[in-house]
Amino acid sequence: MRRVVVTGLGLLTPLACGVEETWSRILAGESGAGPITKFDASKLGTTYACEIPYGDGTNGTFNPDEWMEPKEQRKVDDFILYGITAAVQAVKDSGWMPEDEESRQRTGVMIGSGIGGLNSIAETAVLIKEKGPRRVSPFFIPGALINLISGQVSIRFGFKGPNHAVVTACSTGAHAIGDAARLIKDGDADVMIAGGAEGAISEIGIAGFNACKALSTKRADDPKAASRPYDADRDGFVMGEGAGIVVLEEYEHAKARGAKIYAEVLGYGLSGDAYHITAPSEDGDGGERSMRAALGKAGLDASAIDYINAHGTSTMADVIELGAVERLLGDHAANVTMSSTKSMTGHLLGAAGAIEAIFSILAIRDQVAPPTINLDNPAVESKVDLAPNKKVERKIDVALSNSFGFGGTNASVIFGKVK
Amino acid sequence: MSDVAERVKKIVVEHLGVDEDKVVEGASFIDDLGADSLDTVELVMAFEEEFGIEIPDDAAEKIQSFGDAVNFISANQ
Repeated sequence: MRRVVVTGLGLLTPLACGVEETWSRILAGESGAGPITKFDASKLGTTYACEIPYGDGTNGTFNPDEWMEPKEQRKVDDFILYGITAAVQAVKDSGWMPEDEESRQRTGVMIGSGIGGLNSIAETAVLIKEKGPRRVSPFFIPGALINLISGQVSIRFGFKGPNHAVVTACSTGAHAIGDAARLIKDGDADVMIAGGAEGAISEIGIAGFNACKALSTKRADDPKAASRPYDADRDGFVMGEGAGIVVLEEYEHAKARGAKIYAEVLGYGLSGDAYHITAPSEDGDGGERSMRAALGKAGLDASAIDYINAHGTSTMADVIELGAVERLLGDHAANVTMSSTKSMTGHLLGAAGAIEAIFSILAIRDQVAPPTINLDNPAVESKVDLAPNKKVERKIDVALSNSFGFGGTNASVIFGKVK
Repeated sequence: MSDVAERVKKIVVEHLGVDEDKVVEGASFIDDLGADSLDTVELVMAFEEEFGIEIPDDAAEKIQSFGDAVNFISANQ
């Protein structure tokens, strides 16, 4: 049986540009939230978000010119710029650069996004209204299409294998990594660049999520305290932006070239709620079945789990997921640490599952569970350790990452130490 | 250099990210300045915007070089 391992990581998050820069801030319990600066948000129900720290590229800031030529940046929506940035990091980190045609054809890309070029679509609609349809840029469509991160990455590196993109709202990043791992297992490719990107902090994005009552609105005076999963005073999620990309590789392929191996993809499960367009089923059945499916594929019992990176968005749904986890773990619940890194990054929608997969992988590497910050007054009691406000140094051989999306789409990915 | 040529050159430099001294009379957008077919569509749109003119599709197809653009705009302003 073909095994799949992780050999490269790339991150662009509200905390920093770069994997280690982001991870050290995650372990320190820093929040990436602040007032919205990208546009005038004063008329919106929510005026704060977790924005990427733009800057000159030093000290973890994001300098777009380091990742894409300025004239190319003009032609794409932000989510594509973010995806390319994390993909370039991941490919570089993996050290994989195919040098012959066969290797290029055995290397594929599967990078998704929850809503893609939303802001470009909004701006172009306004342009048509104001100046007429003849003023629409020829780069509007290729700059807004979700699969164009996969397309751009393949063009940049010459990766000619499967070229695909996932669109499953907030489960996108997890589904992309899980599906890409399956393509390797099934023999369609030996290496896959996989993950998700999102750039929806825009007037239309915030207004849209405000309208469906999903966002936190009550913490304009203290945005860093707004994302507070499991806390009794949580009032909705805080929007984040950025990208997470991994390089997945068939185990023997990675070993043969002496690649650095972070972890193994042990299992991947999917399910659907068949319940509601935005709310998870109240009994948490969909999430539970997704986790059970992943364990089944991994051939593991729930008692093997050490750490769970929760979906935990800081909404009412947090306790539904927690209930499903408790049922899954049974008596093992007291031995497990589960945290929501969204307390620090905000909710990156289609990128969330990918950045959280990376945090799960780094938790295994460093034997430490990141904290859930702002968890001051838990909404419910649980035997599961939710890592309130401080990282937990502990044994982590197996980590599970959950992602649940609008439409009732669930994904769970299990990573483990390579044995 | 005429005012039209200066303004056309500025647009070409901005959109194609090329050095100013490469934008000469006979410079082909595609062969010499690294544009692809979508870039040339965008360039023509930028000329229309800058000079407040409409360039019909059949005329746009004939604008292949910096010199073509300057000549067309000078004659149709």
